[in-house]
Amino acid sequence: MAGEDAIQSGAQSGAQSGPQSADLNRFPAFDPAGRAGASFKPQHFEAIAADPAAIGFLEVHAENYMGAGGPPHAALSAIRNLLPVSLHGVCMSIGGLEPLDRTHLARFAGLVRRYEPFLVSEHLAWSTHDDVFFNDLLPLPYTGETLARVCAHIDQVQEAISRPMLLENPSTYVLFAQSTWAETDFLREIVRRTGCGLLLDINNVFVSATNHGFSAMEYLADFPLDHVGEIHLAGHDEQEDDEGAPLLIDSHDRPVADPVWALYERVLRQCGPITTLVEWDADVPEWPVLQSEAAAAERILHDCRGAATRSTASHALQA
Amino acid sequence: MRSRPDNGAAPRPPFEAAFGRVILEPDRPEPDFVVGPRGKAASRRFDVYRNNVTHSLVTALEEIFPAVALILGERNFRMIARDFVRASPPRSRLVFEYGEGFAAHLAGFDPIRHLAYLPDVARLERAWLDAYHAADEAPLSPGAVGALSPEALASAHFTPHPAMRLIRSDYAVHTIFVAHRTGPMPERIDAGIAESVLVTRPALQVELRHVQPGEAVFLLALRDGATLQEAAECAVLGNPSFDLAGAIGLLLSSGAFSACQPATHSED
Amino acid sequence: MSTKIAFSAAYIAGTVAAALSAGTLATTTAAQAQEKEKCYGVSMAGKNDCAAGPGTTCAGTSKVDYQGNAWTYVDSGTCTTMELPGDRMGSLEPLERDMPS
Repeated sequence: MAGEDAIQSGAQSGAQSGPQSADLNRFPAFDPAGRAGASFKPQHFEAIAADPAAIGFLEVHAENYMGAGGPPHAALSAIRNLLPVSLHGVCMSIGGLEPLDRTHLARFAGLVRRYEPFLVSEHLAWSTHDDVFFNDLLPLPYTGETLARVCAHIDQVQEAISRPMLLENPSTYVLFAQSTWAETDFLREIVRRTGCGLLLDINNVFVSATNHGFSAMEYLADFPLDHVGEIHLAGHDEQEDDEGAPLLIDSHDRPVADPVWALYERVLRQCGPITTLVEWDADVPEWPVLQSEAAAAERILHDCRGAATRSTASHALQA
Repeated sequence: MRSRPDNGAAPRPPFEAAFGRVILEPDRPEPDFVVGPRGKAASRRFDVYRNNVTHSLVTALEEIFPAVALILGERNFRMIARDFVRASPPRSRLVFEYGEGFAAHLAGFDPIRHLAYLPDVARLERAWLDAYHAADEAPLSPGAVGALSPEALASAHFTPHPAMRLIRSDYAVHTIFVAHRTGPMPERIDAGIAESVLVTRPALQVELRHVQPGEAVFLLALRDGATLQEAAECAVLGNPSFDLAGAIGLLLSSGAFSACQPATHSED
Repeated sequence: MSTKIAFSAAYIAGTVAAALSAGTLATTTAAQAQEKEKCYGVSMAGKNDCAAGPGTTCAGTSKVDYQGNAWTYVDSGTCTTMELPGDRMGSLEPLERDMPS
């Protein structure tokens, strides 16, 4: 089936766990192909456990499971027995010029071994400098220097976890005078140099496009869609910049906006189904609300099962 | 605002250094290389990052110290927490480890100095979260202790469980903690009563126990390597009303310890 | 006055034996198992035994929070219900001052 072919092609560049680890698996093997997932929040545990089939997979932030023990690990082990899990790191500081923190990298790799996630991802961002942790995904200039450093960091991560990772495009509020690369070219070059896959956050594309006055459709047309192993969708808020123009905030605190759904559908019509996650991280609603957002994504995934696969239709998106 | 070419001769400081220097200081301008599209100003744009950093860390403190937040009121708490974030930003990327110095920060802030119990409430809340994330380990098996001969028992050492914490206070920190985190909230709390609190996590749930002063001495002595007999004698020394039966009950049932090692008698 | 009140090994062993036979121990495990699922849930800030502390964020926020240096007190907490020895009540001081920076 075309849809499954698309997922298979994603596996070539993405971070799906390979069969080589099959005999080490302590958890059930699941196939989330064609399904949508949601952020896992512990308060939803009981509702999810009561009907795990209602969701395709769950994504967790790696750092929340980097404590030594306790309820977080108990909950994640139980969840992992019910559903596929993707591991999303938020604090690796891959975009920083400083070397990666080896302790943090070892903890991250330990989680990959322990929970056997079907996808592993991190951000094109930095969050720690000079030992201070800023608890936010901060932006970086796109230069030859940052490109080399980001690639070295991704090589290090992929070596530590013995598999490819996905790198997520950021949502940004400022640009850097010293940038010499377009973001899409920067990402494409990272993929070429490191062999990593990409996590395409379509809300981030819409937020950045609005904030910086470029066309989201053109950005997506330039994006290396062949290498996307996962899509993120989320809600955003709207403020104003210094001139009173809209400044969108990637707030993850509400349903996915209509223009983001429209962009999502455009991407899938071109590429075929791609594993999709709905993120919700603040003002988290009851489980049925979040689950219904994922179900909405799943309907679009289903509708696009017959769409062309990425290998035959790349770069066909036009503004 | 000019950009240097990428391969310029003069090395400029890392972009993160310039970013990080001002991100927690709202009165300082954004770095000169941060711009908006097509020459637009970047001041409010940069403020989004300032706000994300400050808000997320203040919110983290509010979630680590919910009782302190209720005692102070949300707005007061967030002002003090913001001040702490600027003075002591996290050094760990694990946000649940943040706030080690928050109790001392509270103690040093003049306008709330008279809320003398508050720093110890903060210490107890920090200890609660340490216990929550501590390594999983089976608590001491009472049967294993019971199987020892009287001599082996008296000279046995005990291994503290990874989740075990003990907070001693001159104030009613256990009563205050319970009132604010599980309720019900009494009309008045006499905060001036000294209370010690044993924090354990024998399985998944963190447990708090109000322990007597002698019991606190007993548990701390055991934790620090004393034998059972030494710990008992240490406890009764300053606390004539020390109840060994109660202390033994805590030892066996609270989950404060995970193992016991009978002495080898080589030193006798 | 005695400077050392020794607990004999036999007395300690007797106390342990009494505690073990009282049947009040080792009930926590079953009770804890029942609490297990409940405490996966956690995280209702403030009023929950299982309040789980903070999690990570990979999102921004629109709740403006970064400005302001002045300590302008608002009497909204429960500190007013706390009594301390002496004649001072527990309320906050309506004192205006700059926060140290």
